[in-house]
Amino acid sequence: MFDRRFVKYFDWGFLGLTFLIGLIGLVTLYSAVASATPTPQKTLYFKQIIWYCIGMTGMVLSFLINYKSLYRWSPAIYAVCIVLLISVLMMGKYVGGARRWLILGPFSIQPSELVKIAVIISLARYYSKFSDTRGFSLRELFTPLILTAIPFILIVKQPDLGTAMVVVLIAGFMTVFVKIERRSLLYIITACAITGPLVWFLLKDYQKKRILTFINPDRDPLGAGYHIIQSKIAIGSGMIFGKGFLKGTQNALSFLPEQHTDFIFSVLAEEWGFVGSVVILFLFLMFIIWGLNIAYRCRDPFGTILAVGITAMMFWQVFINVGMAMGLMPIVGVTLPFISYGGSSIVSIMICVGLLMSISMRRFLIE
Amino acid sequence: MGKYLKTADTDWYKQRLTRVMLCVAGAFFILLSRLFYLQVIEGQELRRLSENNCIRLQSTDASRGMIFDRNGILLVDNRPAFDLSIILKDAKPVDCTIEKLGKLINVPVSELMKKIGHNKGLSSYKPILLKQDIGRDGLAAVEVRKFDLPGIVLNIKPRRHYIKTQSAAHLIGYLSEINSDELKSGKYPECKGGDLIGKFGVEKVFERFLKGKRGGRQVEVNVMGQVVKVLKTVDALPGQNIYLTIDYILQKKAEALLEGAAGAVVAMDPETGDILVMASSPSFDQNAFVDGMSHKQWESLISNPLRPMENKAIQGEYPPASTFKIVTAIAGLEEGVIDENTTINCPGYYKYGNRIYRCWRHGGHGSVNIFKALAESCDVFFYQVGQKLGIDRLAFYAKACGLGSATGINLNDEAAGIVPSAAWKKRRTGIAWQGGETLSVAIGQGYNLSTSLQMLVLTSALANGGTIYKPLILESVKTVNGDIVIQSKRQVIGRLPASKKTLAIVQKGLWEVVNSPKGTARIAHIKGVDISGKTGTAQVVGRHNEPNLSEKDMPDHFKAHAWFVAYAPSVNPQIAVAVLVEHGEHGSSAAAPIAREIIRTYLEKDEYVRQLKAEISKQ
Repeated sequence: MFDRRFVKYFDWGFLGLTFLIGLIGLVTLYSAVASATPTPQKTLYFKQIIWYCIGMTGMVLSFLINYKSLYRWSPAIYAVCIVLLISVLMMGKYVGGARRWLILGPFSIQPSELVKIAVIISLARYYSKFSDTRGFSLRELFTPLILTAIPFILIVKQPDLGTAMVVVLIAGFMTVFVKIERRSLLYIITACAITGPLVWFLLKDYQKKRILTFINPDRDPLGAGYHIIQSKIAIGSGMIFGKGFLKGTQNALSFLPEQHTDFIFSVLAEEWGFVGSVVILFLFLMFIIWGLNIAYRCRDPFGTILAVGITAMMFWQVFINVGMAMGLMPIVGVTLPFISYGGSSIVSIMICVGLLMSISMRRFLIE
Repeated sequence: MGKYLKTADTDWYKQRLTRVMLCVAGAFFILLSRLFYLQVIEGQELRRLSENNCIRLQSTDASRGMIFDRNGILLVDNRPAFDLSIILKDAKPVDCTIEKLGKLINVPVSELMKKIGHNKGLSSYKPILLKQDIGRDGLAAVEVRKFDLPGIVLNIKPRRHYIKTQSAAHLIGYLSEINSDELKSGKYPECKGGDLIGKFGVEKVFERFLKGKRGGRQVEVNVMGQVVKVLKTVDALPGQNIYLTIDYILQKKAEALLEGAAGAVVAMDPETGDILVMASSPSFDQNAFVDGMSHKQWESLISNPLRPMENKAIQGEYPPASTFKIVTAIAGLEEGVIDENTTINCPGYYKYGNRIYRCWRHGGHGSVNIFKALAESCDVFFYQVGQKLGIDRLAFYAKACGLGSATGINLNDEAAGIVPSAAWKKRRTGIAWQGGETLSVAIGQGYNLSTSLQMLVLTSALANGGTIYKPLILESVKTVNGDIVIQSKRQVIGRLPASKKTLAIVQKGLWEVVNSPKGTARIAHIKGVDISGKTGTAQVVGRHNEPNLSEKDMPDHFKAHAWFVAYAPSVNPQIAVAVLVEHGEHGSSAAAPIAREIIRTYLEKDEYVRQLKAEISKQ
């Protein structure tokens, strides 16, 4: 049963990289919660460590499973996740006007985090089955569209615009990777160009206002606009070498909203400066390239597309979260992988790491 | 698929993956460039801004909507007030600053320190309120020494001002600080601790119109916490103005007439349901709630036996007494138990079973028909009508006339009153209905309870020919520019269970109450205006225990409650009034004159217009 190649091909480097980023995440989170006023939220820090342990179990499990069996199981996984999403809408916990959490005994989970994985697996199955060099035509893209649209709508309803957008972006990334037929691509672009303005005219004034504020936070100087300014000040004030661990002032005084989730990059950049920020961005880039390299070396289309999807998720979350904190992007609630506080986010990322390692290790196993 | 197409193979994927890696690298290059720009190029400037947390938000409160009466007389507005706060981080050194400040505004340092002490745990960039409403002298003193007082912030805040002190206080209500339960309830999403919200009356019910929307400024401050630059401003949206149906001239009159007594006066336009008067006595000072009341003041308000905090017009439940005879008369006529020709002999008492039920007039009324029975309020006549109807038919009519359930006026805590029936008693006490109890109910005693507002709505319906209108307090809501947001319309909520003929008979009876030589409310007669009405004298429970006391020696709290309901003119009525005076003893002497004066004030147009002009010119 036990194959010695398991040890030989085990991706130690990738595991080490994961632990390194995770460690930086814990240190940053400590700073974000320890000095928060008026009440330091150290319990969050310990909770995060527990989540990491749970995540590690998830990672080991998903690593042990032969990823190829996911091909068969993907409809079931997808169905379970959709059921979870529907139950969130029906009996989820209200926090700040949104229903995103399901209470399961002592845990509260955010099914939208798990849905991302389910969508990736389902799309990988579909694309690996029908992929050819010509690319996908409009008609062939109908199934992926439905597979993405269902969770998208359910997540928008919660509402959790950030996660919903990430789902679409991941699906888009994967679709572009397997190639869209040139003519179909033209159709899609023209259709968007025509319907976009049309939809705009159909929107009500308050909806337009919300979208404009979303694109340009400066329109809301007391809310999003203020957060962006504070975040930019925090990042910029780190200068080259940073203010030092636990020395961030913007963070300590609750000027940053969601400093332990969405704006945690600002905490890191303020305390560790340009040098520290470059290091963490470089580690993220390495992680993504490593993931793409796993896809590159995998000789099975399903494994390749699966690895690309998982890497796409990492890429988008890092890009959107960091871009948002620096004022490059609209403000949406997207977590920074490994670093932001959040149990479901950590667990789903660790599962993804396990999957990537599973693909990496089994690259020589041809059935 | 055509032959020329290859299935995607590993090489093809590898080729595409290379492109993906390039794209990812490009994206990270963008992130790094931005990072470089913020931390290296802009770093110095952003570090400076971070040093003192220079960019701050200051909120500006919206000015709350004003409240007017139906003629545009301003009842409630806002005046500017100056609040003094401190930002601990800017006020270095704190002790020294506080000492200086204490001297300037004549407040003991210990008191100011106490305010800070409570808030030590809060984020030190959050302003802590030191003293509200410091007044003009304090303002001038602080403004002049501004640069000597780091971290001290002066905020202009619109402050609620109830212009007509104590007038319509129960209807208008008051503002008070939001409590933690209300904050948690989610009903006030835009409020934060320390905000004032409507807690009672119109201020509470129409909170959403009055409130407006908070604005704010993004400012840059210097090391002392003083604003050096306003970066961005979002204007506060003022609340919408409310026009009540109340007629302040009448309201004022009613309150003057109730002075010294406990009771309620309500009046409405019988054709629309507009409430013209809602007075409850004794009243309270709403400004005291805004200024912050001492514990002692609050204690004395709620322990006052005359219950000043209760809106007696809608919360006070009393036996309707003889005013209920309107219902008994309608029921008797409609059910054919009596007609306009039925006469009954009243010897001053009525024997039922082995008990004697007395008429209020010991000598009796002699031969009585329905008109005389209403005019002279003969109990014996209505005992017999009630007995023939039975309690359940009586209860049916009472309910159909709107008694026993809230009228639905747009105010909180309206009482429903009680219309007793056999089933109701069984449910409530477990004891079966006794025939004699029906007799008490027929003259409005026994378990019967009504509010003044219910009796007013009933009287109005009788006056206008049978239509029951919902009592309205809101005439319109307007924006600050005068655009109408909401305009109230009259709402029919029911019809009296009576034919035209029945109504005509009862109306004639009520006309005789005021206008026949022996009517119980002759005192309400005025020259030139036909008034119709009905008196009532509600026995107070406990009085029978002391049968030997004469009326004069009776302690006040055993004296009967005085009722009078009326409308005028008798044909094409313009106003209906209900008056209740607690322990006023006789409806005829204590309540009827009040109703008469209100009707006189409203219908003598020359005098009314003069008063209105005088009132408007004061503004």
